[in-house]
Amino acid sequence: MNLVGHIAPLAFGLAAIGSGVGVGVIVGKTVESVARQPELAGRLQTLMWIGIAITEALCFIAIGVAFIPFPAP
Amino acid sequence: MILFLYALTTSLLVAADDPGNGGFVGPSVDEYFPQVLLFAGTPFELNRITLIRLIAVAALVLILWLGTRKLKLVPSRGQATMEFALDFAGRGIAIETLGEKDGKRFAPLIMTIFFLTLALNLTGTIPGLQIASTGLIGQPLILAVIAYVAFVYAGVRKFGFGRFMKNSLWLPGVPAVIKPLIAVLEFLSTFIVRPVTLTLRLTMNMVAGHMLLALCFLATGFFFNLLIQGSAWGALSAGTLLLGIAFTVLELFVAALQAYIFAILTAIYIQLALAESH
Repeated sequence: MNLVGHIAPLAFGLAAIGSGVGVGVIVGKTVESVARQPELAGRLQTLMWIGIAITEALCFIAIGVAFIPFPAP
Repeated sequence: MILFLYALTTSLLVAADDPGNGGFVGPSVDEYFPQVLLFAGTPFELNRITLIRLIAVAALVLILWLGTRKLKLVPSRGQATMEFALDFAGRGIAIETLGEKDGKRFAPLIMTIFFLTLALNLTGTIPGLQIASTGLIGQPLILAVIAYVAFVYAGVRKFGFGRFMKNSLWLPGVPAVIKPLIAVLEFLSTFIVRPVTLTLRLTMNMVAGHMLLALCFLATGFFFNLLIQGSAWGALSAGTLLLGIAFTVLELFVAALQAYIFAILTAIYIQLALAESH
């Protein structure tokens, strides 16, 4: 069988596993904390967005890899 | 998110396949680079996407102007909707994050980013337009540069350049030995990764969403042709059409969500720059 295509989406897929789990943990923990202390919801949400932005960055770096002109073997 | 990745991967693989004779041709990124319509060769070149962008901005200006023209103390239904939207962007995003004083200062910027991104994202699902111009990297890039300048300006204005850099790089409570290492990492994450991720998050979500919708509707057309020719495989067209409709609803949600994320991250970055030490 011959598969034709770019291998970069695979790299992105692998990176997405990690940041997917990471974002899930962050949001889940935030929900847990807000359930315990609802009055902190605003500040926790801010922290959650910062965490998500940093975690997701790995995903976007993986996208960027596809555009780096590596030398051909 | 997983569906998006799946769609992006599938469309890349399908597009790489040789179409052959009468085979299925999937969507490709070329749809973001259509033919020039007007003013070819000048800096004001218009193609389909820039035209859609102009239409979206005109519609946005018109809606905001008409919605806030005759304000009454007892709001009509239209005015109530407008008040809800403006209150959500101004109070819900800017003032909630930045506090009363700084929130009022930066609310115009954050509301502009929110409504512009929302209007441009929504064109991705409107029938007849069907492409989000935020999928071209230029538009998110400009917005991210504006956000970048805004938070650096906010920090430098409040603390001066030296103390702003010290606040954001030289973190308190870190052991002195690894402080330089942390400073390098903080520099990367604050001044390089932030604008890049702001840009790519919006662009890639819109490109993937467009690919997903285009794949569903192209497949519907392909299978419907088979159905006309009398093939049993044509029955799949009903499934792909339903999927296309479902993903259109999902795309409406993503359009609003991405506009919200872009606006709130801008607000948070400004807030971090204004904080004494974080």
